[in-house]
Amino acid sequence: MNLTLKVWRQQNAQAQGGFETYQVKDISSEMSFLEMFDVLNEQLINEGKEPITFDHDCREGICGACSMHINGQPHGPWHQTTTCQLHMRAYKDGDTIVVEPWRAKAFPVIKDLMVDRRAFDRIIQAGGYISVDTGNAQDANNLPVDKHKADESFAAAACIGCGACVAACKNSSAMLFLSAKVSHLALLPQGDVERKTRVVNMVEQMDKEGFGSCTNTQACEAECPKGISVQNIRRLNAEYIRSVFSGGE
Amino acid sequence: MGFTGLFLISFLVVHCYVNALIFFNDGGVKFTEAAHFMGTNPVVRILEIGLTVGIFAHIIQGLLLTFENRAKRPIGYAKTPGNKSSKWYSRSMGLLGTLILLFFVLHWYHFWIPNRASQFMGNGEIDAYAKMKLVFSKPWVVIVYILGCISLSFHLMHGFWSAFQTVGLSTKKYKKIINGMGMAFAVIVPLIFILMPLSFYMGWLA
Ligand code: HEM
Ligand code: SF4
Ligand code: FES
Repeated sequence: MNLTLKVWRQQNAQAQGGFETYQVKDISSEMSFLEMFDVLNEQLINEGKEPITFDHDCREGICGACSMHINGQPHGPWHQTTTCQLHMRAYKDGDTIVVEPWRAKAFPVIKDLMVDRRAFDRIIQAGGYISVDTGNAQDANNLPVDKHKADESFAAAACIGCGACVAACKNSSAMLFLSAKVSHLALLPQGDVERKTRVVNMVEQMDKEGFGSCTNTQACEAECPKGISVQNIRRLNAEYIRSVFSGGE
Repeated sequence: MGFTGLFLISFLVVHCYVNALIFFNDGGVKFTEAAHFMGTNPVVRILEIGLTVGIFAHIIQGLLLTFENRAKRPIGYAKTPGNKSSKWYSRSMGLLGTLILLFFVLHWYHFWIPNRASQFMGNGEIDAYAKMKLVFSKPWVVIVYILGCISLSFHLMHGFWSAFQTVGLSTKKYKKIINGMGMAFAVIVPLIFILMPLSFYMGWLA
């Protein structure tokens, strides 16, 4: 199929960016969206132009690098699918596709479609860990974990830190990401030691990074490639209130 | 937002109940009795101070939240998902709240300010029933009240559930029930309010 692409080009964080229009020809429906971009980049290189910079790594939906806002949706039109797992059979011949970087004050553009997501790392550093004694790992059955809680925790741990929740949110809020990280640990006995300080410190870091505040529109859940539920945001709110009222910190 | 929102919802229940007494169509006897209680009972007077603080806290928080959040995306998208991933009224709480606020200004000017002013001057309460009859004889006033109540309806369609989510109570088990209750509340309460000016205007009430 032949397609028209309108892609955001921006030289660096300070430069003013703009859309460029490109034509790609003979794209197979079996290609992934990123492979289509590889074809376009080869074409640009052959024409002596600078290829488009975009983030990617695993190309199998587990690393969260492939941030692209495609025709108004983070990671494109397929439900619970990353850009690298989106395939060109989602499109038909003659389609025009608009590709933009994540837009958020806390995620400044580095170049073209690549944004700086280190704010997420700093949120994790503020509390997304547990303290354990060093030494050999103990027998797993020494710490009984409620099956239901283990499942909920596992579902929260599926978050790949891609930032689609921030990109989808009208407030550029990182609440779904943060709530997944807090829930993942708050549900397990291993996370109990830092339970109260973790939530307060991570929320504080999130605000410091310049993310917006959650107003529960639930666009994040609809766009999250890993199906992280807003139930985690409810848990985060409850954890936060409990921590503050019990004199947390 | 959640706590002030829930507080305002509880106020709406009382306000709606007292005003709905006009539907006894007894020339306002039952309503005036209840309004007199609300207007003079010391406990209710103290609660009203709380309500005034609550509503202004909600408005200030709401407007600050809206503008601060907007500043978190300095460069917008050329293409947005629109209604694919969220409801329009969920994304328009600031706008809907502002419409409600505009309606409130008119509403306070009609009832609350004259009533308190009259009490303050030592002339007792105004005849709210007669005042309603008078106010709701103008078609443009009735239309503004109806639009105000429709804005409130959409505000609550999102706000009711959202408040429970914000205070951490909308658990998996109860989310559907809370959302259902919210939808019912958001339709029924504003509808009862709409019937008030409409009934006076149409002459359904003596
Ligand atoms: C009787 C009138 C009102 C009621 C019952 C009401 C109720 C609510 C509720 C329950 C929420 C959800 C709180 C949460 O998610 O934590 C909310 C949010 C909000 N309200 Fe109101 N409200 C009223 C009037 C107003 C007014 C006059 C404004 C004026 C600006 C306003 C602006 C907002 C905003 C901006 C939000 C935040 C959006 C969000 O959290 O989703 N509201 N309101
Ligand atoms: S919550 Fe979902 S959308 Fe947000 S960072 Fe994690 S995986 Fe990505
Ligand atoms: S490249 Fe790793 S999730 Fe897409």
